Amino acid sequence: MNDKKPRILKISILRFDPHDPDDFPHMETFEIEESDGMTLFIALNEIREHHDNSLKFDFVCRAGICGSCSMLVNGKPTLACRTLTAKLGENISLAPLPLFELIGDLSIYTGKWMRYLNEHLETWIHDKEEELKFDNLEEKMEPELADEIYELDRCVECGCCVAGCGTIQMKPSFVGAVGLNKIARYHLDPRDKRTDEEYYELIGNEDGVFGCMTLLGCEDVCPKDLPLQSKIAYLRRMMIKASMN
Amino acid sequence: MRQKIDKIPARLDLTQSVTGLILGLFIMGHLIFEASILVSNEMMYKVTVMFEGYYFLGQTHPAIVSLLAGFISIVFIAHAGIAMRKFPANYKQFKTMQKHISIFNHDDTSLWMVQAFTGFIMFFIGSVHLYMMIAQPEHIGPFASSNRVVHEFMGPLYVLLLLSVVSHAFIGLYRLALKWGFMEGKDYRASRKRFKILMKAFIAIYLILGSLSLAKYTYIGMTHDFSTCAKYKSKTINLEQH
Ligand code: HEM
Ligand code: SF4
Ligand code: SF4
Ligand code: FES
Repeated sequence: MNDKKPRILKISILRFDPHDPDDFPHMETFEIEESDGMTLFIALNEIREHHDNSLKFDFVCRAGICGSCSMLVNGKPTLACRTLTAKLGENISLAPLPLFELIGDLSIYTGKWMRYLNEHLETWIHDKEEELKFDNLEEKMEPELADEIYELDRCVECGCCVAGCGTIQMKPSFVGAVGLNKIARYHLDPRDKRTDEEYYELIGNEDGVFGCMTLLGCEDVCPKDLPLQSKIAYLRRMMIKASMN
Repeated sequence: MRQKIDKIPARLDLTQSVTGLILGLFIMGHLIFEASILVSNEMMYKVTVMFEGYYFLGQTHPAIVSLLAGFISIVFIAHAGIAMRKFPANYKQFKTMQKHISIFNHDDTSLWMVQAFTGFIMFFIGSVHLYMMIAQPEHIGPFASSNRVVHEFMGPLYVLLLLSVVSHAFIGLYRLALKWGFMEGKDYRASRKRFKILMKAFIAIYLILGSLSLAKYTYIGMTHDFSTCAKYKSKTINLEQH
């Protein structure tokens, strides 16, 4: 394996600086030598060090935890830090995720979009404040339920499910799988005292769960393998139930 | 006092699915009954008079077929009207979706476009077919139907309708199962794979079955001598009208 000549990767990047009035979106191709265990994170740093130090892209944790390195790799939204170049062909195309505000090149502002989403869907525990006693012991939770909630809490807000959703591309007011997943998480949590009618107010409409056309792009691209398809179906049933009362 | 929730979006989604399910199950039966022509003319005739009530009432009432076709038409119109709201609403949305599909290259997303497109086609050809069945229910049978396929030029329309309805219905039933979590089981990802295989198998089987039936009707239409009488005479069932 080691005596084999390393591949030369041709990495084409969609480049654009929206703050430069003279710039326009264009593809730029860089050639780099592949190394053992190379990820796109390493490859992009190579390019920035040796080819072009103006290239913009985001990384923080390099371990698939922070969700900041999401981009389109050969058209598919995914985390660059977890993508091994060995799994890709020699020609690799990279582009920023669509729909989010572009900072420049591959760098996008997911934080702003996610923050708005969280405020809009009120993704925090709602309790009856006046009945809340802080010296009470926290109620016990079954381990299975705790696991199930924890599973959904693993969302890193990378935005891949948003970029992979045809519905939200057409209709940007749709909350997307990330939003629906969060509601499913709080709906499961017994500490959240919101009624089904209150949840219905949030997602019982065509920007919410009834807007989803079950294209399942979200399910197929989520880098954290969250059970999005199953949870959206669950919410759909819950919201139909709420509408029957 | 809190405002009451708006239940309409929930009702629309449920009605879209229920009407889709009814139409899907109907088509699965319909194409099999049509295929009775592959067994024999007599078999197709028996199926025809069965739907006209012969085996239950002792005589035939083509009006029953009109009623059935009328019911399916209502479901069809309700489904089309509700599902239509998912169509791209303008050129910009259409182009965004097209671009997304071409870059992303994702099966289930592309299949949606097929569904929207075939749905649109059926607005027109589905309506023609349904109207004829309501208006002329007595003109069904091994010879009358063949006559319609060949000499009344319904053949090309039926070919298009077969392609559209079979792909649309089975993609739709697949989506329906995933959308509501039908038979998810312990491992919903494994069930999705199974549903997908089923979807492809059903599309293939029904396309073959439908094409063979159409071919047989066409063959009868081309070879049968319609100059004396367009109606089929059964050897075992003797009826005035037929
Ligand atoms: C003019 C006729 C029709 C139109 C315009 C139409 C349109 C559509 C559209 C756009 C969808 C996708 C809805 C979504 O993504 O949420 C759909 C779903 C579906 N269609 Fe149709 N359709 C028509 C006729 C039919 C027929 C004849 C059948 C059955 C034989 C059928 C069965 C289904 C099923 C099972 C679904 C899935 C339902 C769901 O997702 O809730 N459709 N239709
Ligand atoms: S649901 Fe998955 S794809 Fe969507 S933001 Fe969360 S981690 Fe990313
Ligand atoms: S399943 Fe729903 S949320 Fe997920 S990609 Fe499809 S339309 Fe979007
Ligand atoms: S850098 Fe944190 S997820 Fe990739």
